[in-house]
Amino acid sequence: MLDIRNIFKTFNAGTVNEKTALQDVSLCLKDGDFVTVIGGNGAGKSTLLNAVAGVWPVDSGSIFIGDTDVTGLPEHQRARYIGRVFQDPMMGTAATMQIEENLALAARRGKRRTLRPGIAGKERDEYRELLKILDLGLEDRLTSKVGLLSGGQRQALTLLMATLQKPRLLLLDEHTAALDPKTAAKVLDATERIVQKDRLTTLMITHNMRDAIVHGNRLIMMHEGKIALDIAGEAKKKLTVEDLLARFGQATGSDEADDKLLLG
Amino acid sequence: MMAFIGTLPGAISQGLIWGIMAIGVYITYRILDIADLTVDGSFCTGGAVFVVLFGTGVNIWAALLAALIAGMAAGLATGLLHTACGIPAILAGILTQLGLWSINLAIMGMKANVAVNVTNPENLNRLLVSLRFVQDVAKGTRPITRHPVFVVGLFTAALIAVLYWFFGTELGASLRATGANQNMARAQGINTEFGKVLGLMLSNGLVALSGALLAQYQSFADASMGRGAIVIGLAAVIIGQVLFSRVFRNFALKLLAVSIGSIIYYVVMQAVVSLSGIDTNYLKLISAVIVAVFLAIPYWKSHYFSKSVRKGGKLHA
Ligand SMILES: Nc1ncnc2c1ncn2[C@@H]1O[C@H](COP(=O)(O)OP(=O)(O)O)[C@@H](O)[C@H]1O
Ligand SMILES: [Mg+2]
Repeated sequence: MLDIRNIFKTFNAGTVNEKTALQDVSLCLKDGDFVTVIGGNGAGKSTLLNAVAGVWPVDSGSIFIGDTDVTGLPEHQRARYIGRVFQDPMMGTAATMQIEENLALAARRGKRRTLRPGIAGKERDEYRELLKILDLGLEDRLTSKVGLLSGGQRQALTLLMATLQKPRLLLLDEHTAALDPKTAAKVLDATERIVQKDRLTTLMITHNMRDAIVHGNRLIMMHEGKIALDIAGEAKKKLTVEDLLARFGQATGSDEADDKLLLG
Repeated sequence: MMAFIGTLPGAISQGLIWGIMAIGVYITYRILDIADLTVDGSFCTGGAVFVVLFGTGVNIWAALLAALIAGMAAGLATGLLHTACGIPAILAGILTQLGLWSINLAIMGMKANVAVNVTNPENLNRLLVSLRFVQDVAKGTRPITRHPVFVVGLFTAALIAVLYWFFGTELGASLRATGANQNMARAQGINTEFGKVLGLMLSNGLVALSGALLAQYQSFADASMGRGAIVIGLAAVIIGQVLFSRVFRNFALKLLAVSIGSIIYYVVMQAVVSLSGIDTNYLKLISAVIVAVFLAIPYWKSHYFSKSVRKGGKLHA
């Protein structure tokens, strides 16, 4: 489904701020894989997701979604295949537009935007039903401006928007990190439900090791722009936080893991 | 005072005509979140194209359409400088504006101004709007339906209806999303570069149309007729917003507020001139100061007053 082959990315090349954020990263996801991604600050997790989403071109390597080589495609064209939720709740929605308008924009992801009405009457009923499932009381506020919603409500809405048109790949970048623990749990719950229901191929970055272990069928840990650990299947099911810390230490030859990773 | 009241129909007519330009500014400044300085040039482009074509006997609607298209071409130039060449929007607009100075003069045959011959009654009757019609209606020699306030009012209403429809379509909504949040727009598959170019074209098309109407109204086009247009446009947008934002929530009404804002601007300017007898050359300074103050108010509010406002903002975030 997703095939990342030997990608490199260096920011600010040739300046004092030069930073190699991805070093020869390869990763292959099967259809329906739910992969959690952990790693210390600056390990390259967001950079990996941004490379897949096409926020900027990679320096070398290639990225395939299904059989399509998307390496050269700009961000808005890759959006046809990809649903995204960002860490910053402000980033995934248009604050000055209504809830239903945001959803209608998302419903047209990957389609040509024509001179037909931006939202059709029958869509509204559909949206109301979908919002009910989130259980945040948004179903009665279809025409409210998104700017009036709380961070948690906005993330939940962004999640809904990312999956409204079933994406071939769902990218979640610490999408619960900015929320209070209760809301975070609710949004994560909704994530699990939606991913299971549509069997979505998913990459989810999290700063919480426990979440990374509980969710998904595979776990990768990044360190200094490389994938340092990759645990799947039965091994992942049996994993504990202690195991993870120990294996991280082995893989990177350091014992700094404790401070860097036990953030959650 | 009587003199001032006598000038009102003219001031309202002018306000309505400039209001169309201000609606163009609204599209870039408010919807796309771009400060586009092309307008100071494209306003004159519209006037110049219109006057020259009209002078050669071209049908008035064809001449207006040509002005609109010329304005859109100017918007296209700025849009491509910004998106395809990566030049910051403000600078891209300034570059186009500067280039247009020469182009506008070239359109007018290298003359600083070109008149519409309105002493020829046949020519005058072909016009859609003219300052003379204001006087004619007052004298009773022309029906009230030819009064510029009526004609441009209708024109503006039709324009607002079309824009209301357009920004409600899938394409229009994608433009609004581009202005509201580019990250979100791209993540939802919207080509934000295309949206910006299209918005700039639409905006400058309207600005040029407004210039064409003003050239008709005053019966000449002038190379410097667009100087400071952006400030007048911003003034209209801000006045409309300050006065009506609490009551006008609907998009069509917001556009109407811009048009009314423009009328108020012209009536106030006229009042200042008629009642104080100030040299009209000071009007630009007054406009600049008023717009600067109104632009600064939201900033002052958030920086120097009530910290609770900012806290409240975070809670809603
Ligand atoms: N757009 C950018 N410009 C410059 N440097 C960047 C950019 N994005 C990320 N970096 C740098 O790349 C490294 C990896 O960042 P990131 O992928 O965001 O880490 P994280 O694993 O915490 O998500 C960091 O050193 C970061 O400063
Ligand atoms: Mg990150």
